Amino acid sequence: MWIAALAGYAFLYIPLVIVVVYSFNDSRLNAEWVGFTLDWYDKLAHNQDMLAAAGNSLLIALTASAVSTVLGTMAGMAMYRYPTRVLQILVLAPIAIPEILMGVSLLIFFVLLNFTLGLVSVALAHIAFCIGFVAIVVRARLAGMDEALIEAARDCGASPWNAFRYVTLPLIMPGVIAGALMAFTLSIDDFVITFFTAGAGTVTLPLQIYSMIKIAVTPEVNAVSSLLMLLTLALIIIASKVSPSLLRSD
Amino acid sequence: MAHQQATRAGKWLVVGPPLLYLVVFFAIPSLIMVLASFRTPGEFGGLAPLVEDGRFDVNLDSYARFFSESIYAEIFLKSVGYALLTTVACLALAYPLASLIAKSPKKYRELLLLLVILPFWSNFLIRVYAWMIILGPNAALARTVNGILGWFGHEPVPLLFSSFAVLVCLVYVHLPFMVLPLYANLEKHDQALLDAAQDLGANAWQRFWRITFPLSLPGVYAGAALVFIPALGIFAIPDILGGPEDSLIGNVIKQQFLETRDWPFGSVLSIVLTVAALVLAGLAAWVARRNLATPSSAREARA
Repeated sequence: MWIAALAGYAFLYIPLVIVVVYSFNDSRLNAEWVGFTLDWYDKLAHNQDMLAAAGNSLLIALTASAVSTVLGTMAGMAMYRYPTRVLQILVLAPIAIPEILMGVSLLIFFVLLNFTLGLVSVALAHIAFCIGFVAIVVRARLAGMDEALIEAARDCGASPWNAFRYVTLPLIMPGVIAGALMAFTLSIDDFVITFFTAGAGTVTLPLQIYSMIKIAVTPEVNAVSSLLMLLTLALIIIASKVSPSLLRSD
Repeated sequence: MAHQQATRAGKWLVVGPPLLYLVVFFAIPSLIMVLASFRTPGEFGGLAPLVEDGRFDVNLDSYARFFSESIYAEIFLKSVGYALLTTVACLALAYPLASLIAKSPKKYRELLLLLVILPFWSNFLIRVYAWMIILGPNAALARTVNGILGWFGHEPVPLLFSSFAVLVCLVYVHLPFMVLPLYANLEKHDQALLDAAQDLGANAWQRFWRITFPLSLPGVYAGAALVFIPALGIFAIPDILGGPEDSLIGNVIKQQFLETRDWPFGSVLSIVLTVAALVLAGLAAWVARRNLATPSSAREARA
């Protein structure tokens, strides 16, 4: 069993390690190790298309994570305090169904409304699927909270807003921050829903990577992939430090 | 209570905004897609006008097309087949991983679990791209495989742009979804049951098949649903790693919306996919519940 589990971990990590290693490889072909170079990172830093795509991705991810954190926190509180089936389905279904379904239905929706596809439509779509992830983390945090604290605040004359602002919010803050980081990561990494809602003129980092790898394998993709992995890794590690329960399976 | 009115207003302040957002950007688009499936495709893509010559454009043509042209049923069955193979392969790989984590000392469990989840957080396309490199024609793997095949006088086979590449990557991308629920289940197992079985003379194999595995079934079903549903709708993996014969239902949907621009037919395919996903998720939940109700696992439910 040890060997099988070790093979499992190797299977999970070898592909990612190869991507990173070859990003330092002094060869156009991602086939064998030739020598160390930072050329691909240098090329990347001068690739205007890639930089523009990264800028778009960053802008979308910041907007989508900010809005979805507010809405997701509300949704998490609503699911905890006033659980209804309708809300439950609306919050969780976008996570549960295959992504392509949300992508195509939003495509029809935006086109029929004559809404120009671009940065805004992508951000609106990202918010819709991030809400659920934030809500789950926040609800889990609320479930571990002592309800008596709120009652005490209310009995001492705190208004509902003040009870939220000075008692609930500080207590669920780790969940909110973890949810925000998660939403940022999901948004910056999203390919499928972006693919359908971006339209022809707007390119994000994953869309740029997609069009590059459809043409050919190039170490420049390895370089941008490695940087993106580093960013995601940092965000997730911060999120898990803030809210350790994030990494438990429940 | 004096706060009652304030509480009711507070409730809508909390529930309202996310509910409204999800109704507008999830429920309504989904509904529009359902309605679009009953329409006629427009001349230049999209939908034909709703009212033309005093007649409403509502029909079942696209549904009729799905059920009359066998190619779509075939592609759909092929997608189900790929998703099933993926689920089974994930289960085979995830079981040893999940049981290792569940059996390791408590202080290492979180780290070991984190190591399973981390790759899931790296970009999806990067994980697909990694297999383009590994399976590439000039890479060590392809050269070794074809070297061995050459020994036996076999023609060289391409690894990339093949069903093999698609399946390996499907398993790779979905593996964490199987490990997590399986671990959550295995972690709760009572070691005393296995000790008792051993005292009564059961060997390792019997202990696994007659105790551990049946008790882990709820975790298996949950994992199967989490792997099967997204795998069924995938389009990027066959698109990037597959050959022309690996086109799955997701690819056909993408093609209908972005290339052929036949929205009604694309919507029909999307609805069929949704229904299949819902039915299977419901089935998994039902089987898991029924399983929990049996006496052998009632103990586990209590634990």
